[in-house]
Amino acid sequence: MEHIRMPKVENVRLLDRLSSRKAVLGTLYLTATHVIFAENDSETRKETWVLHSQISSIEKQATTATGCPLLIRCKNFQVIQLVIPQERDCHDIYISLIRLARPVKYEELYCFSFNPKLDKEEREQGWKLVDLNEEYNRMGIPNSYWQISDVNRDYGVCDSYPMEVYVPKSATAHIIVGSSKFRSRRRFPALSYYYKDNNASICRSSQPLSGFSARCLEDEQMLQAIRKANPGSDFIYVVDTRPKLNAMANRAAGKGYENEDNYSNIKFQFIGIENIHVMRNSLQKMLEVCELKSPSMSDFLWGLENSGWLKHIKAIMDAGIFVAKAVAEEGVSVLVHCSDGWDRTAQVCSVASLLLDPYYRTVKGFMVLIEKDWVSFGHKFNHRYGNLDGDPKEISPVIDQFIECVWQLMEQFPCAFEFNERFLIHIQHHIYSCQFGNFLCNSQKERRELNVQERTYSLWAHLWKTRADYLNPLYRSDRSQTQGTLHPRMAPCNFLYKFWSGMYNRFEKGLHPRQSVTDYLMAVKEETQQLEEELEVLGKRLANLQKSQLNDNRVKSKQQDQSEQLGLSASNNSLANTPQEYSNDLKSFPSRSPSQGDEEDSALILTQENLKSSDPDLSTNSDQESGVEDLSCRSLSGGGCLPSEDSGKDSDEAVFLA
Amino acid sequence: MEFAELIKTPRADNVVLHRPFYLAVEGTLCLTGHHLIFSSRRQDNAEELWLLHSNIDSIEKRFVGSLGTIIIKCKDLRIIQLDIPGMEECLNIASSIEALSTLDSVTLMYPFFYRPMFEITEDGWRAFLPHQEFELLSSVTDEWRLSCINKDFSVCPSYPPVVTVPKSIDDEALRKVALFRHGSRFPVLSYYHQKNGMVMMRSSQPLTGTNGRRCKEDEKLINATLRPGKRGYIIDTRSLNVAQQARAKGGGFEQEAHYPQWRRIHKCIERFNILQESLIKLVEACNDQSHNMDRWLSKLEASNWLTHIKEILTAACLAAQCIDREGASVLVHGTEGTDSTLQVTSLAQIILDPRCRTIHGFESLVVREWLQAGHPFQQRCAQSAYSNSKQKWEAPVFLLFLDCVWQILRQFPCSFEFNEQFLIMLFEHAYASQFGTFLGNNENERSKLKLPQKTMSLWSWVNRSEELSKFQNPLFEANSLVIWPSVAPQSLQLWEGVFLRWNRPSKFLDEAHEEMINIIKYNKELQAKVNALRRQLAEMETDDRMQENL
Repeated sequence: MEHIRMPKVENVRLLDRLSSRKAVLGTLYLTATHVIFAENDSETRKETWVLHSQISSIEKQATTATGCPLLIRCKNFQVIQLVIPQERDCHDIYISLIRLARPVKYEELYCFSFNPKLDKEEREQGWKLVDLNEEYNRMGIPNSYWQISDVNRDYGVCDSYPMEVYVPKSATAHIIVGSSKFRSRRRFPALSYYYKDNNASICRSSQPLSGFSARCLEDEQMLQAIRKANPGSDFIYVVDTRPKLNAMANRAAGKGYENEDNYSNIKFQFIGIENIHVMRNSLQKMLEVCELKSPSMSDFLWGLENSGWLKHIKAIMDAGIFVAKAVAEEGVSVLVHCSDGWDRTAQVCSVASLLLDPYYRTVKGFMVLIEKDWVSFGHKFNHRYGNLDGDPKEISPVIDQFIECVWQLMEQFPCAFEFNERFLIHIQHHIYSCQFGNFLCNSQKERRELNVQERTYSLWAHLWKTRADYLNPLYRSDRSQTQGTLHPRMAPCNFLYKFWSGMYNRFEKGLHPRQSVTDYLMAVKEETQQLEEELEVLGKRLANLQKSQLNDNRVKSKQQDQSEQLGLSASNNSLANTPQEYSNDLKSFPSRSPSQGDEEDSALILTQENLKSSDPDLSTNSDQESGVEDLSCRSLSGGGCLPSEDSGKDSDEAVFLA
Repeated sequence: MEFAELIKTPRADNVVLHRPFYLAVEGTLCLTGHHLIFSSRRQDNAEELWLLHSNIDSIEKRFVGSLGTIIIKCKDLRIIQLDIPGMEECLNIASSIEALSTLDSVTLMYPFFYRPMFEITEDGWRAFLPHQEFELLSSVTDEWRLSCINKDFSVCPSYPPVVTVPKSIDDEALRKVALFRHGSRFPVLSYYHQKNGMVMMRSSQPLTGTNGRRCKEDEKLINATLRPGKRGYIIDTRSLNVAQQARAKGGGFEQEAHYPQWRRIHKCIERFNILQESLIKLVEACNDQSHNMDRWLSKLEASNWLTHIKEILTAACLAAQCIDREGASVLVHGTEGTDSTLQVTSLAQIILDPRCRTIHGFESLVVREWLQAGHPFQQRCAQSAYSNSKQKWEAPVFLLFLDCVWQILRQFPCSFEFNEQFLIMLFEHAYASQFGTFLGNNENERSKLKLPQKTMSLWSWVNRSEELSKFQNPLFEANSLVIWPSVAPQSLQLWEGVFLRWNRPSKFLDEAHEEMINIIKYNKELQAKVNALRRQLAEMETDDRMQENL
């Protein structure tokens, strides 16, 4: 709390990004964990909550006659524009937020104060939900080719790897240690995914320290061991996910890539994915396009193209498709690496796994996938997503890109995923929110040292509890596209990659479809379930009645009383199923309905215990604003949203409104 | 039969058909007067492809040795390739197709020969008569009348015989107004907004010329639609610059001085060859086989197609906003009032009027605002994206309208009774059809061609329950409200159902659609079952009680 210079400012205006006419007046609060804007309007009492850890930049703009504007950009792509009456207050808020948004100690992060009121046992259960040993068992490991190795116990060989790694049986500790010495940051080849059907596997590592001519016998043996673990194939692919030029430049620094002449039976392949700096700039450029005020179609498309973002997404996807095809169709094992093997390698391994195995397309499986390829293999969450104050050059939207790849696949294969878009958006939100301990630190080692599991809660348990919100109504596990490998088209399929406004313009609800097919179908499915239950109840009653009519009068009348009671409840139930009532029913349906003005304590109490915003939507304002529209698809109040700002938002209209 | 002369080789064997996403098939090619028919020989899975000659947009020939290849590009944007052995056969077939697909006489077109194989339950030619529309109108207001001034098309050749005009304006005045408007298209009623009594009218540009001619009757006519003390808006679908230039050619726009109660807004919507080129570029981009992501986006951008969509939708939203939010009446016109004007008036109605979002209502809209309003379909839809001949009157005006409807449908997926397939079907039939509905350029030409007597109406076919079921949106729930679409670039998308239809696999999307239908169907079945059971129980319980009382 010592960083909060100014806990409360009144008469602050929150501007609507699309229209300055829609500004609302309210009070701004700073708490230890959140920025809160509470509207004055007593009817709506709308509140906007923003976690400090979501703040990516704060910009103080030139003071105008109306006050001092403050622009807050968030990592979940929310942009908040405030106008604070007094310059001095604005400065205090600015200085406070600069500090609050850049914590220096892990202990300052929200997850160490967040308390979802679960007991110790529930918390421990939550951390057990995703178990990687179980996952490798599911893949069929250990088996006669692969085993678990304790070579990295106490993180002695590689401090960014997990304690438990899966390696070929023929790879002795000597080979592993030797190989690790020949790899950047000692990230030796280890198993990421094993394809039961044909023994082909996906392994991952960092680049070899080959320089211009160096060799390492153990590393060569390691790759040989991987090949031998797949008896059906006489070679393996080594996929370097960097552009060739980058890889060659690394040779001068004593790093580089595998020389096909030194390794027997490998086929070497470059698949050019750009580095984290290019990706960071690309996202920056794309977000500038998203922020344009009433851009023309050309501004938008030109800017999107110029950002290169979709080109990068396609590159990652193409690499994933290449690996998945090698494994599923050719039956060849693949070793994937980039430089350090924790960014592009994680992207490509996880995209390939997702294409190969329908399990990863389920709610639970997707959690497992992120745990496997990202969390356990030392993706540097803290550095990449700037959880603690650090080098801004380390920040890059690496996992964001993976999440987008999943969304692009969902668009192409609408029935193949058990989860919906909201699931992805909420995961992205929590990677930055630091509300749960899952994505803390840069490695498993650091998390253990910090006792993360004892001190924080797991996101997966939270998402699992509310999984009904994240289901894709079109998913059917018996569909052809659900089973087996997904085969996205490699080329020419440029047009299949689309701008994801649901993510990057997530908080501009006015830009999104006004009626959600997903929510509508989920509501129908819920109603269907109720109908099924009612059908059963009615069936029983009918049977009872028929039986009772056969019985003698006295018994019958008794039974009838009972069935009448039953009937009462059933008909109440059925009332809710008539179309008119149904819309009311629906209003309360999606449990993500933004009720952050919590019923129980509508007064704003600024203590952490009351912050229940574990649902990303709770920390937003736009949801409430569009709540009616969002939930409306079946209700009469639906659709009648106000004209979107853009419908007539140009000089002409301004003239005619004046 | 004169077609026989054009068919030099009526049949070729061992022809191989290539299509994207299908294996090549060998079979027999036959040419008839109106169709190209390909039938595969395979016994196990006989397959037939019927293509209307009028659907063929362009044809290319190539030879490798004696094997000829014909590439046929269709108006519905599909491309097929036929390998025909024998150079002479191939040349003959190509020239026959060329001749048959470019017949210059309307009466030789297929609709005049087509005999329906289905039973006609309702004659589509009589399904949407102006009198029926007017009856609905007169049940809510008596300020309008039907005028038969154009009954022999003598006043305005592109108007229907009957039009709706303000009651206070007599036919004599209309005659004078007609002289003051381009192509005699005097202002007529397009839409009456029941909620507040505001109206939308449409016309062509006024012929003010350089010396600012005026016409008292014209002023009186459009003022007659205003409530006392109220103002109206004139939406000119040209930029101010273009409108000013039009004066040199005798056209122009309403001067403030003569129309003090009206405020003029200029919204630039492109026309003719600019739109046609845009379509050609867009389709070229969609068919580009290169692997380069950047090129795709810049080609999409350079086509300007989505820019046109945005402009048209914005103008329509503005018109709707004036009527519903500002409580003002609106007059829409461009130059001729047969293209951009109709895009704006018809889209505004979709936004404002829930009736236009039903199947029957949308058909009625197409009939009123496009066919009867004199959109020159035959000229505009003579060629599509692959044509080489660049006639200046060809333009995808109607396709742009359908695309805009699709954009709104995408944003309000539960508010339309029809689905995307319905819009695609209308696109196809506007360009090539066995039905006479889209033949001719206006009602005058249609009546001269005696289309209602000699051809079948598209609506007669569509409105049978077998066909309708294909076009119904399973998510539809009547929404009585005005629906305001977003026109931000992030909200507008390429209409894949039309432009990528032949270059992307649709299997997975079809499956998703099927699943959607199943979910809803199952829900409805259960609902029916529950209701039946409930009724049965209620009856049994009453019986029971009566017995007890006895």
